Amino acid sequence: MKKNNSRRTLIAAGLIVAMLALLLVLDNVPGVPPMLLTVLRKGAIYALVAVSMNLLNGFTGLFSLGQAGFMLLGAYTYSVLTIPVENQTAIYQQYAGGGVHFSITESLSNAMGGFGTLLGVIICLLLAGIMAAIFAYLIGLPVLRLKSDYLAIATLGFAEILRAVVQYAKLGPITNGSNLLYGFTSFDSFRIGSLKLSTVMPFIFSGLCIAVVVLLINSTYGRAFKAIRDDEVAAEAMGINLAKHKRMSFVISSFFAGISGALLAMYQASVQATTFKAAMTYEILLIVVIGGIGSISGSIIASFLFVGCSEWWLRFLDNETTLKSFNAKLIFAIIFGLIVLGILVLTLWRQVKTGKLPVATAPGGKRKVLFGRSAVGPSLLALAVLAWDVYFVISPKLKLPLMRSGFRMVVFSVVIMVMVLFFREGIMGDKELPDLFGKRPKNAKKEAAK
Amino acid sequence: MAAKILPYLLGGISVGGQYALIAIGYTMVYGILRLINFAHGDIFTVAGFLMVYAAATMPLYCSIPLVIMLTILLGVLVEKVAYRPLRTAPRMSVMISAIGMSYLLQNLMWYMTGGLAKQYPTLPWIGDKITVAGYTTSRVTLITPFLTVVLVVLLVLLIQKTKIGMAMRAASRDFETAQLMGIKLNSVISFTFVVGSGLAAVGSMLYFSNYATVTPTVGAMPGLKAFVAAVFGGIGSIPGAVIGGFIIGICESFIKGAGATTFSDAFTFALLIVILAVKPTGLFGENLTEKV
Repeated sequence: MKKNNSRRTLIAAGLIVAMLALLLVLDNVPGVPPMLLTVLRKGAIYALVAVSMNLLNGFTGLFSLGQAGFMLLGAYTYSVLTIPVENQTAIYQQYAGGGVHFSITESLSNAMGGFGTLLGVIICLLLAGIMAAIFAYLIGLPVLRLKSDYLAIATLGFAEILRAVVQYAKLGPITNGSNLLYGFTSFDSFRIGSLKLSTVMPFIFSGLCIAVVVLLINSTYGRAFKAIRDDEVAAEAMGINLAKHKRMSFVISSFFAGISGALLAMYQASVQATTFKAAMTYEILLIVVIGGIGSISGSIIASFLFVGCSEWWLRFLDNETTLKSFNAKLIFAIIFGLIVLGILVLTLWRQVKTGKLPVATAPGGKRKVLFGRSAVGPSLLALAVLAWDVYFVISPKLKLPLMRSGFRMVVFSVVIMVMVLFFREGIMGDKELPDLFGKRPKNAKKEAAK
Repeated sequence: MAAKILPYLLGGISVGGQYALIAIGYTMVYGILRLINFAHGDIFTVAGFLMVYAAATMPLYCSIPLVIMLTILLGVLVEKVAYRPLRTAPRMSVMISAIGMSYLLQNLMWYMTGGLAKQYPTLPWIGDKITVAGYTTSRVTLITPFLTVVLVVLLVLLIQKTKIGMAMRAASRDFETAQLMGIKLNSVISFTFVVGSGLAAVGSMLYFSNYATVTPTVGAMPGLKAFVAAVFGGIGSIPGAVIGGFIIGICESFIKGAGATTFSDAFTFALLIVILAVKPTGLFGENLTEKV
C-alpha cells in the first residue's frame, strides 16, 4: 500500500514538473498565440479564487458573495506595497506623491538582487492575504450568524462597502482614490536570464495555494467543515464548534481570495477599484457552479473553461462574419440544426425525468414516451428555429445574422443558464479528478455506506 | 436652514418612492418563494430600455402601457424559464439560477444596445420643471411619493380583499398546505411576478426620468438597494418595503448632500448589516425562526 502511494506521488510530481516545463516553453517560444497565454494566466488565477469560494460555499455550506471585496483588498495591499518609489510621484500625482514612501519588492531587490524580488513578492502576497483575512475576521463577527441568502446579501454588501471605502478621497495618499494604481512588480518582472516566467509564476503561486486548500480539506478541519455543510445540528452534536469552524473557513477562504486578488493585480499590471464589482463575484460563483459545488478539480477545470470561453473560443461570435461559400454555409446550418435538436431532446428528456411527460409501459416491457401538452411549446419553438435554418440555407445570403459585438457574452450566458438549469451537478459533481481514475475511492465510499 | 434641507428631502423622498416600488417586487417574491430575485434589478433596467425604444416609435399614450405590459411579460417569462424548473431544488440552486438570469439579461441588454448609454425620453408633464419654495425641480420628484402611496394602497387592497390576494397570503404562509387547499401555486407565483414587474416598470419610468440615461448595468445598484429596503422593512411585508424604501432614499440623499457621495452606497449596506444583526425580521417582519 505504501509503495503504491509513493508511486502516485512520483507520478504527480512528474506531471507537475512536465507541466511547468511546458509552460516555460510556451512562455519563451515565439509564435504562441497570445490568447493562449492570457487564458492560461487568468485561468490559473481564477482557479485559485474559485477554489477559495468553493471552500466556503461548497465545503462549509456558507453561501457568501464577498469574494470580489476580498480580492480588492488583496490587490490593493499588494500594489500599494510594491510600487517603486520613483514611480510614486507620477502615480499619486493627485495626492502629492502619496503617503507610502517605500516599496518592499524594490528595497529587497536592491539588497539581494533577483532573489530579493521573489522574496518581496512572496511577502507582499502573504500580506495581501493576511489583510483580507483580518477584514474577513472582523466582518465575520456580525455576519456569520446569518444563514443562506441573508449571509449572501450581507457579504455582498460588505464587498460594496469596501469598494466605496477604497475610493474615499481621504485614503487617497494610500489607495490613490478612484484612480489607477500601476507600475508595480508584475509577472513580467520575473525572468531567469533571458527566460520569461510570466505564465509559470501564476501557476506556481496559485498551485501552491490550491495545494494548501486541498490539504486543509482532507484534514480534520476539512471534515468538520463538511459536517457543518451536511447538517449543522448533527455537527454540533458531534462536538464541532460551529462558530469557530465557520469563522475559520471564512477567514481562510478570504485569505486565498486576497492572494488571488494580488495575483490578478500582477497579471493586469494595474488595479482600479471599479473592476471589483459584484459582477466579478457572480462570475466566480458561476465558475464554482459549473465545476461542481464541492469539487476542487471541478473548480480548476471550470475556471480554465470559463476564461477560455469568455476570452478566446467564443471570440468569433463577436465579429460580423460572412461565410465564404455555400458549402461552409451548409456545414454551419447542419451544426446549428444539430445543436437545436440536442437542446430540444434535453428539454424533453428532462420533462420525462420530472414526470411531466407521461411514459407508458407497453406489454413487452418497452417504455414509450407519450406526447404531452408541456412538450408542445419547446417543440414548436425548435421547429421554428429549424425552419429558419432551412430558409437560411436556401436563401442566397452568406452573411451570418446576429453576429456582432456582444453576442459572445449572450451565447455564453445562455450556455451558463443551461448548465445551471439542466446540469445542476456541474462538470464534476462533488467528485475529484483522481476519483475518475482508479477504483479505490469508490470502494471506500461503498465500505463507508456499509 | 429649511431651504437648504428641502431639496435633499424632496430628492430623497422621490428616490425613496422609486426604491419602494422596486422593493415591493423583491418582498412579494421572497414572501412566497423565499428567493432573492437577483434578476429584478435587471428587469427594471430592461423596462428603461423598452421605454427608450418604444417612445422613439410611438406616441406616449401607447408606449407607456406597452412598456408596462412587456415588462410584465418578461418578469413572468423569467419566472417560467429560470425558477419554475427548480421548484423542488435546494434554495441555493434557485438563487444561483437567479444570478445567472441577471447575468444573461445584462449581457442581452449590452448586445441589443451596443453597450452605449441611451438617452431616456422626457415624459411630458411629469418631466416639466416646477418651483417649490424657491427650489426648482422636475414634477416627477413631487409626483413619485403620491403615486407610490396610491399604488401601494391599491396593492394592499388587492391582497386583503380579493381571492387571488388571499391565495397569495396563504401561499406565503405555508406552501404545501396552500396547495392542499386547492390553490394553484404556479398561477399565484406568476401573478406575484406580474405585480412585481409591473411596479418595477412604473418605478423605472419615474427613476429614469430623473437620470436621463440608461445603461445595461445601471439597474444593479437600485436593485440591491431596493432589496435592502425590503429587508429593512421586514421581508414579506409590503408596507415595510415602502417605509424602508423611503427611509433609505432620504438617508442617501442627505449623505450625498453632506458631500460624502462615495459613502451613500456603503451606508445602505451598513444599514443592512446592522438590521440583520440587530433585528433580522426587519421593522414589520413576521417572526419566522427558520430565517436567521
